[in-house]
Amino acid sequence: MKLSFSAEDEAFRAEIAAWMRDNLTGEFAKLKNRGGPGDEHAFFEERRAFERHMGKAGWTGVGWPKAVGGRGAPLSHQVIFFEEYARAGGPGRVGHIGEGLAGPTIIAFGTEDQKRRFLPGILSGDDLWCQGYSEPNAGSDLANVRTKARLVGDRWVIDGQKVWTSLAHVSDWCFVIARTEEGTSGHKGLSYLLVPMNQKGITVRPIQQMTGTSEFNEVFFDGAETAAENIVGQPGEGWKVAMGTLAFERGASTLGQQMAFRNQLDEIIAIAKANGRARDPMIRQRLADAWIGLQIMRANALRMLSKAEGPELPREAYVSKLYWATWHRDLGKLAMDVLGPEAEIAPGSPGTYDLTPLQQLFLFTRSDTIYAGTNEIQRNIIAERALGMPREARA
Amino acid sequence: MNFAFTEDQILIRDSARGWLGDFAPASHVRQVMATAEGYDRALWAEVAAMGWTGLIVPEDLGGSGLGFVELAILCEEMGRRLYPSPFEATVVLAANALLAVGTDRILDRIATGEITATLGAANATGKVTAVRNGDAYHLDGVLRHVPDGARADLILVAAELDGRTALFAVDGAAPGLTREGLASMDQTRRPAELRFEAAILPASSLVSADAGTALATALDRAAAMTAAHAVGAAEQCLEMTVEYTKGRVQFGRPVAGFQAVKHQCADMALAVETARSAAYWAACVADDMGHNGDGTELALAASGAKAWCSRAYFDCAATAIQLHGGVGFTWEYDVHLYFKNARAIEAVLGDPASHRERVAGLIGLDELAEAAQ
Ligand SMILES: Cc1cc2nc3c(=O)[nH]c(=O)nc-3n(C[C@H](O)[C@H](O)[C@H](O)COP(=O)(O)OP(=O)(O)OC[C@H]3O[C@@H](n4cnc5c(N)ncnc54)[C@H](O)[C@@H]3O)c2cc1C
Repeated sequence: MKLSFSAEDEAFRAEIAAWMRDNLTGEFAKLKNRGGPGDEHAFFEERRAFERHMGKAGWTGVGWPKAVGGRGAPLSHQVIFFEEYARAGGPGRVGHIGEGLAGPTIIAFGTEDQKRRFLPGILSGDDLWCQGYSEPNAGSDLANVRTKARLVGDRWVIDGQKVWTSLAHVSDWCFVIARTEEGTSGHKGLSYLLVPMNQKGITVRPIQQMTGTSEFNEVFFDGAETAAENIVGQPGEGWKVAMGTLAFERGASTLGQQMAFRNQLDEIIAIAKANGRARDPMIRQRLADAWIGLQIMRANALRMLSKAEGPELPREAYVSKLYWATWHRDLGKLAMDVLGPEAEIAPGSPGTYDLTPLQQLFLFTRSDTIYAGTNEIQRNIIAERALGMPREARA
Repeated sequence: MNFAFTEDQILIRDSARGWLGDFAPASHVRQVMATAEGYDRALWAEVAAMGWTGLIVPEDLGGSGLGFVELAILCEEMGRRLYPSPFEATVVLAANALLAVGTDRILDRIATGEITATLGAANATGKVTAVRNGDAYHLDGVLRHVPDGARADLILVAAELDGRTALFAVDGAAPGLTREGLASMDQTRRPAELRFEAAILPASSLVSADAGTALATALDRAAAMTAAHAVGAAEQCLEMTVEYTKGRVQFGRPVAGFQAVKHQCADMALAVETARSAAYWAACVADDMGHNGDGTELALAASGAKAWCSRAYFDCAATAIQLHGGVGFTWEYDVHLYFKNARAIEAVLGDPASHRERVAGLIGLDELAEAAQ
């Protein structure tokens, strides 16, 4: 067991740090620290251009195998890449759903044809993806999906509705869980379809969030189509594939997220210094606790990622979502408490709603404990799968 | 970077877990904690024979020359069983401190198990001063809360000498030293009060005339090991609770099926796993010290881990009592042993609030406060 990095790792760190320094300049300079949660609208086209720029330089798909066009970086390099990217203030990645979720799912469960068809577009930054899981009646109870797809000739024809679909309004593709077997319910009879977003059978309606912005949407499927071969896994195996995708949410990219958290914590500490709240013993306790908690988040992620993949998910993996989500939500509140009365004041004039990054942090982190499995669902999963306690009763 | 145990480390863990499970079950703990001595000498001899007392002692002094990750593994497993023994005082405190000051003395005798030892420094309350008097030193002062202070063969004492912190090795039977074992709420631990009243020590008892920095390092490493103890013990609280609630039937079903119970167990699992990550982080930094020598990094990791793990342990022990219901409040069930130990562990080597305050200073909040004036 060793936490320190080798000289070779440090050389790689210098390489990516230098690349970020040399490339987050000129037209891209304004993207520094922009486009994160709550700020998704900032410079979208420019961030997309930066994603393509990264793709050309080989900095997308860092952890993907070489055989599918990735960099095939070992774990230590993936950790370093994501940390240095965030340390340099790298902008929110417009391609993160493709790189982090769709791509790994296709690599794990897709056919060779699908890999050839879809992976290059993700790596180049040309194809953006969104996740079509949740529906009005399928939130925590995801298996209650009602969106239907039926095979008509060589096309899947899809009818139904998704909701809370992040970035659907800018995405080229969506991975959709749909019911493909009439009369089934629950986990059975679901399929995992890859659906192009730019077609007349799909209507995207933005939903305004409490932040005033809208990064998620309602997506209506009204005779929408996709080619018969655009199914990952066999018909009826959609649940298995969908669960595989959720597992990728625990990947190395969480390390980058943590470095972004670090930047936020540093900003809050700097404010406490400027306004004197750093003298308040309670605030000091909370800032120290947040600092310690973030170090532990990193250690926990490294512990989970360092384990060779086994048949059983280690316990530290089961607790990681509940942990980071709760930590981050607490940080949002701490930011407000450090700011005191000034926390309330937004830029702009009365009647406008243009929030500061820390106000966005405070509001947006309320969703961290909801999306990707609520805290309550996480606790159910930990209790049932990691601790072997009885399962919840179902209606 | 590889933050997983090596095969050797897994071997150490598995054999320690197996041995402690066989020889230090709760019945053993209950039996020895009710005696004046507080531990079983025959079992302790086996601990030494297995090489555990020499784990971090260099090989040329008869030890295994292993590091703080391996020591953390043993501490975690002993914590799981609340194994009452002189291990913490002798190895985690004394051997660790001797290594930190860079002496070869005494370590060989600790490795073989010939002597037990302890440390009375900033881990204890009170103060001792030393003056040189010809060929001897005179020590005066009182130290309280010295772990194993009354039963250890040898006591390493930090004393102020010429404005510096010196380290002395004092024989338990030294003239002018009175040792009083203190009864404690957590019966698995044996704190003591040591009174030095013109205690006269030979010149050779001075181990280091300037040990301040080394002792700070040693205490940070000890805090990291205490964090590991807390992890093992907290996990045991979780395991006992899951086990018990699965078997306890109310309203026609196991209480483990109630979501309020499940969610509290999930929170315990979260506490245990994050604490484990914290303790291993601190243990790794303790090992890396030799490479970068940066005391700040160790101070942050040790304080962070101690604050986090001891709170996690207390929370788990408290939840364990709650979820056991009435039997959790009985002497018969083991939960109270952990609850009491959790309280003690919070306080030893600095309580969580004081460690967080230390972290606050180290991450720059003091300068920050000045900047705002
Ligand atoms: C910002 C944001 C972005 C999102 N992006 C996407 C996306 O891109 N794609 C996508 O598919 N979805 C997305 N979602 C949806 C998200 O996954 C769901 O909101 C989430 O799964 C919860 O479902 P729900 O909103 O229907 O809440 P509900 O399931 O109705 O939950 C309501 C409350 O009941 C609790 N609850 C429910 N079931 C249980 C139970 N069994 N035990 C205990 N408590 C329970 C919940 O924890 C919650 O507190 C996003 C959500 C947010 C907030």
